[in-house]
Amino acid sequence: MRRLSWLAPVLYMLFLMVPIYWLLTMSFKTTNEILGAFTLWPRNFTLDQYREILTNPVWYRGYINSIIYVSINTILSVAVALPAAYAFSRYRFLGDKHLFFWLLTNRMAPPAVFALPFFQLYSAIGLFDTHIAVALAHCLFNIPLAVWILEGFMSGVPKEVDETAYIDGYSFPRFFVKIFMPLIASGIGVAAFFCFMFSWVELLLAKTLTSVAAKPIAAIMTRTASASGYELGLLAAAGALTIVPGAIVIYFVRNYIAKGFALGRV
Amino acid sequence: MDKTWNNKAWFMVLPVLVLVAFNAIIPLMTVVNYSVQETFGDNVFFFEGVKWFQQVVNSERFHAALLRQLTFTFTILAIEVPLGVAIALTMPRRGPWVSVCLVLMALPLLIPWNVVGAIWNIFALPDIGLLGRVLNGIGLDYNYTRQPEDAWFTLILMDVWHWTSLVVLLAYAGLSSIPDAFYQAAKIDGASRWAVFRYIQLPKMKRVLTIAVLLRFMDSFMIYTEPSVLTGGGPGNSTTLLSIDLVKVALGQFDLGPAAAMSIIYFLIVLLLSWIFYTLMMRNEERS
Repeated sequence: MRRLSWLAPVLYMLFLMVPIYWLLTMSFKTTNEILGAFTLWPRNFTLDQYREILTNPVWYRGYINSIIYVSINTILSVAVALPAAYAFSRYRFLGDKHLFFWLLTNRMAPPAVFALPFFQLYSAIGLFDTHIAVALAHCLFNIPLAVWILEGFMSGVPKEVDETAYIDGYSFPRFFVKIFMPLIASGIGVAAFFCFMFSWVELLLAKTLTSVAAKPIAAIMTRTASASGYELGLLAAAGALTIVPGAIVIYFVRNYIAKGFALGRV
Repeated sequence: MDKTWNNKAWFMVLPVLVLVAFNAIIPLMTVVNYSVQETFGDNVFFFEGVKWFQQVVNSERFHAALLRQLTFTFTILAIEVPLGVAIALTMPRRGPWVSVCLVLMALPLLIPWNVVGAIWNIFALPDIGLLGRVLNGIGLDYNYTRQPEDAWFTLILMDVWHWTSLVVLLAYAGLSSIPDAFYQAAKIDGASRWAVFRYIQLPKMKRVLTIAVLLRFMDSFMIYTEPSVLTGGGPGNSTTLLSIDLVKVALGQFDLGPAAAMSIIYFLIVLLLSWIFYTLMMRNEERS
């Protein structure tokens, strides 16, 4: 029994990989082959779909748009969450617990509820179809998450560290940047990773808030599906490419991912 | 850690407060505003009071969508949590395979949600999809675009594929915080595999599992993109979950009033259920 226990994770990972494998093989097949015959392996191996995506601005701009708003959102979320998480982990203040719970409730708000009002709000302030709009909108669920994760990491740092630094004559900003932030570097990495991830995978709000100039890649995929018939090979290639940034990011933080949530307080 | 009372800490929270409030309170007020009014276009609105709320609460359509939503959420919780814990228990605890496992398992979490829907949409097609071909090949009559049961099966399988890894990662983090000495002590005492799980591993995982259940509950209750790409709520209305129904009403029919009332009820249900979960599990934790 003990000897066979490696089987469970292996089977599970196979289950995870099969749909991804199917996507990858489709991206190397021509659309005719996908529709015409059932093959486990591409018979006419082609890179045309990838070439099309990487050379046609309609396609590759989608990736650039997504990366721009995801980056803005990640930087913004972590930057404002850092002092807030510090306040929650070190001080008690009027209404702190209510505030913390209220922040978390925003993580619970279904995006479908906010789609229409967001559209009107961002149109009204003239930010519709800009990267900033999506980056700001994603703050709704990313800031609470970042505060939550960072607070967990910060509570793990003993308070004596702060006090010693003040005695040594550090001002607060200098202490925070020079001493405190390096101490919770892995926490910042994890928070940034989760912000990146949730902003990258979210589509409903991103699609609602953009039309042309800032349209995310995932939305371009749905549009192309209806515009030029059903270009399955092209869609598969575009889908396969959307996995790449996430895979790169996860490689760098693989040892800290799980820790992020484990340390956060509920 | 004992914290000092300091109201100036408010200044450090202020940027967060402004940004989140801008995104949360203004749209929420807009929704509340619509929910009590009637419009015939041209930006002319009439006050309607609680009419829309009564209409939504009494509508069969809403009840059906809510029932489907609850069925979906509790089914995936019942599958993903035990499965995730089981996988985490059998994963290697050290060595080169740990990184491989973690990276591969986290992969589905990083795929944009509509791509997840698109992958499964094609993967499960009975004529050109691998899953559909295999299921039909072993003699099942499988077609998720026509038969409601098959649509449900595909939907749940997709969600298990997409999100079980989150439970695995969290449970694994909880497990790796157990010192080796615990296991050695259990071995000396001659504890059975089950006893080790029940009295050492499970208590250590309680905290992370609370987080996992809460996150999975909230996220599955809000799920929109994946099912809307996979089945679009069909065949018929058989997989129309709450948020899909909401978007159909709000953006499809442009019935702002009823859609807004439905949004608010929907949000309140999520809040209420999350709060119940949260208190129940916290109470459990305090008792043990």
